[in-house]
Amino acid sequence: MKRLLTLGLSGLALAAAAAPALAQDVVIANARLVIGDGSEPIEGGVVIVDDGKVVFAGKPAPGQNLETDMLIDAKGAWVTPGLFATVTTLGLADVSAVGETNDITARGTPFSAALDASTAINPTSQHILVHRAAGITRAATTTLPSGSIFAGQGAIIDLDGDFRPVMQARAFQMVTLGESGADNAGGSRVAAHALLRAALREAQALVGKTGIPETTEIGKADDVLLSRFDAEALVPVVTGRQKLYVAVDRMADIRAVLALKQEYPRLDLVLVGATEGWLVANEIAAAGVPVIANGLIDLPETFEQLGATQSNAGRLAAAGVTVAINAATMQDPRRLQQVAGNLVALTRMPGASGMEWGQAFAAISSVPAQISGMGGKAGVLTAGALGDVVMWTGDPLEVGSVPTRVFIGGVEQDLTNHQTRLRDRYIDLDESDRPKAYDW
Amino acid sequence: MISHYKSRARIGALATLASALALSACATTGSTGDTASTSAKSDDKAFAATPAGDPVFASTYTPFPNAATAIRGATIYDGKGGRIEGGVVFMSGGKITSVGGPDTPIPADIVVFDGTGKFVTPGIIDIHSHLGDYPSPGVEAHSDGNEATSPTTPEVWAEHSVWPQDPGFSRALANGGVTSLQILPGSANLMGGRSVTLKNVPARTVQGMKFPDAPYGMKMACGENPKRVYGGRGRAPSTRMGNFAVNRETWLAAIDYANDPKAKRDLAKETLVGVLKGDILIQNHCYRADEMALVMDMAKEMGYKVTAFHHAVEAYKIGDLLRENDVCSAIWADWYGFKMESYDGILENAAFLQREGACVVIHSDDANDIQRLNQEAAKAQAAGARVGIDIPDATVIQWLTYNPAKAMGIEDMTGSLEAGKMADVVLWNGDPLSVYTRPEKVWIDGALMFDAMNPKTRPVSDFELGQPGEGDVK
Repeated sequence: MKRLLTLGLSGLALAAAAAPALAQDVVIANARLVIGDGSEPIEGGVVIVDDGKVVFAGKPAPGQNLETDMLIDAKGAWVTPGLFATVTTLGLADVSAVGETNDITARGTPFSAALDASTAINPTSQHILVHRAAGITRAATTTLPSGSIFAGQGAIIDLDGDFRPVMQARAFQMVTLGESGADNAGGSRVAAHALLRAALREAQALVGKTGIPETTEIGKADDVLLSRFDAEALVPVVTGRQKLYVAVDRMADIRAVLALKQEYPRLDLVLVGATEGWLVANEIAAAGVPVIANGLIDLPETFEQLGATQSNAGRLAAAGVTVAINAATMQDPRRLQQVAGNLVALTRMPGASGMEWGQAFAAISSVPAQISGMGGKAGVLTAGALGDVVMWTGDPLEVGSVPTRVFIGGVEQDLTNHQTRLRDRYIDLDESDRPKAYDW
Repeated sequence: MISHYKSRARIGALATLASALALSACATTGSTGDTASTSAKSDDKAFAATPAGDPVFASTYTPFPNAATAIRGATIYDGKGGRIEGGVVFMSGGKITSVGGPDTPIPADIVVFDGTGKFVTPGIIDIHSHLGDYPSPGVEAHSDGNEATSPTTPEVWAEHSVWPQDPGFSRALANGGVTSLQILPGSANLMGGRSVTLKNVPARTVQGMKFPDAPYGMKMACGENPKRVYGGRGRAPSTRMGNFAVNRETWLAAIDYANDPKAKRDLAKETLVGVLKGDILIQNHCYRADEMALVMDMAKEMGYKVTAFHHAVEAYKIGDLLRENDVCSAIWADWYGFKMESYDGILENAAFLQREGACVVIHSDDANDIQRLNQEAAKAQAAGARVGIDIPDATVIQWLTYNPAKAMGIEDMTGSLEAGKMADVVLWNGDPLSVYTRPEKVWIDGALMFDAMNPKTRPVSDFELGQPGEGDVK
């Protein structure tokens, strides 16, 4: 049932509409509205979603009219764009330590760069359901390197649990240099760089060619380090049509990555991790390379992270670097909000660098979306963006806050999952009538 | 123990995405009253070790110089569930002298900090840490947490692995307000060895950190880790039933040893006898509810007590049993699903335990999470509130202070703000259950060991000297 609304009037009539299961027009009013672009929250904000897209978000203009199926009075609650988690493995494992369920790594495969995460995303993975309930609506998800420096091609997914989780397959390639890359390349950084250059040269030779690639395999003993199919998969990287995420931490490794642009000017680079990025923040900024930065890593866990500090992200941002928060180094991506909140906390600590609230929120919403090629579409509430809207119990960067309602592409999401079902079963321990197995 | 094994030495930028395999071990050693072995040499000189039960590797820690200090005007959580608005904490001689409301007398000529808008808690205590025995950098040469060469190694002592130069200690102090912590062996073994309780003070030796007069703990582990580690080598245990069989045989042998006055000294059994006597506290890694119930029955069978289950992600299923058996649950707020036995982890675990009147401790098991135990507790509190279980802030702080102190056997000395106890105190720059709050000052035994306002109070370990980021804010 459509109803005609007039927005922007103090006497705005707000009546609950029955929630339909399919895509619907949604209006959320009286919100503490976060756009996600770095700006501060807007009191009394309105979000209007039509045909799965945001048509308006902000202070309503007096007398503005529209028809809607669903009108929600937020009653002052925080309303934000869905969070965008970047560098995750969501949908690629049920239980990471249970090998049969784990599609994140494949030590036995001869393939590396050719691996395509989009072929195996499980939209009904409990991790997807749990993270959706945590307000994450889109994610960049990827396999991880196991036998080569190349992780494979990551995908951009939505978390709406339907049968089409992949928004963009092969959105980026990821390569690890540094200690991890060295290990996978045979034992040294030098070997990793040689393999990278050899691979890019093979890919360059394949540009414009069709048919079966004729390149020679690069191997060592029985190990294939780069097959012809991997080389073919790197063609879009070397031509700049596919982003190359490079996971490195040490200052010197970061510099070596930036220098690649001189040899391969079309590379569309993104730094991942960059623990010591603050030491070369100006160089990263000058190169125009965005960083998916570790948020709170402050321990020298490796010799390439000696300079680790929680102020890394803040210092990079202050130098003008585009900074998103890396979901890969936290216990789970649902800690994105906590990490962002901690960056705000740092602004109050003498000597530390953090982010103001709006900027911190953007670092887990619009900025990672933009780095993923979803600028203006995800992680932000502006006209034309995807209708991913989350209403929260409180300040979304505060540790106790969780979503109360989640919309993805304008469709309200079921927030139940294995965890909520366990919660409901064990809300008491009463088995006086029947065992808990009958309580469902 | 690393229950969620992170290939951290390999993939910095991608650390926790790597597949999780858990390793853990635990060990305990108890001292018994047995006589030391002696031997006579041909020159008639008798050789003798220090008798079993006498202090060895004794603590050399003494409190650092401190000035009588008061904080006034702060919101105080006393660690035992009490809350005072605008209160006063007065410490002198390394001890808490008085705690009270705004009218509490403050002597003239002492250091006074204005706590208006700020909060005071006892020092945070982590009951489950591997700092020092899995230190940073996490290179193979530093992997000293699991003596994974036998499924039962009660003879090993975690303190013999602790590297006091681990930079992680200073992060736990400055960002987490942690003043005491228990270092446990890992969970690869059914019985991993003795734990050690430390004061979180920088020192050249582990003896310089040892918490004076703290009892030892013994680490035990249920479930997947021991059976995987040893089953994978074609030896017992390879199943959960094997876990229990090996444990029970080991306890029976320890009982025989305890009853045999002529037995030769045996370091492993000395630890086990210490447990049987109640001198050494069992800290038992155990995820699943059904296994915890079996362990509590094994303890009854053999005549010992389980003090705390660690990583007890399913404790919420048996909060009643845990309360009846007086066993604490040391838990994370939100870890789940990384290994099979963690599949049923839920955010409401702590709140459901509190609902049953069972003892809750929030622990870290992690060099990063130890810096934010207050935030983890806040998550668990909020999850309870959403299902109608309202737990006061002051009680939530108890999960990080008095409760872990009790489960480590040091509650008479620290863990709450009470006159006569150690002046282990944190002044927070806001509500400690908010993500926006950090420790501003941390006192250990009355000495100001960290002050966010003074860069020279950031401890810098030997390892960090002359390296990138030395003395940086972390």
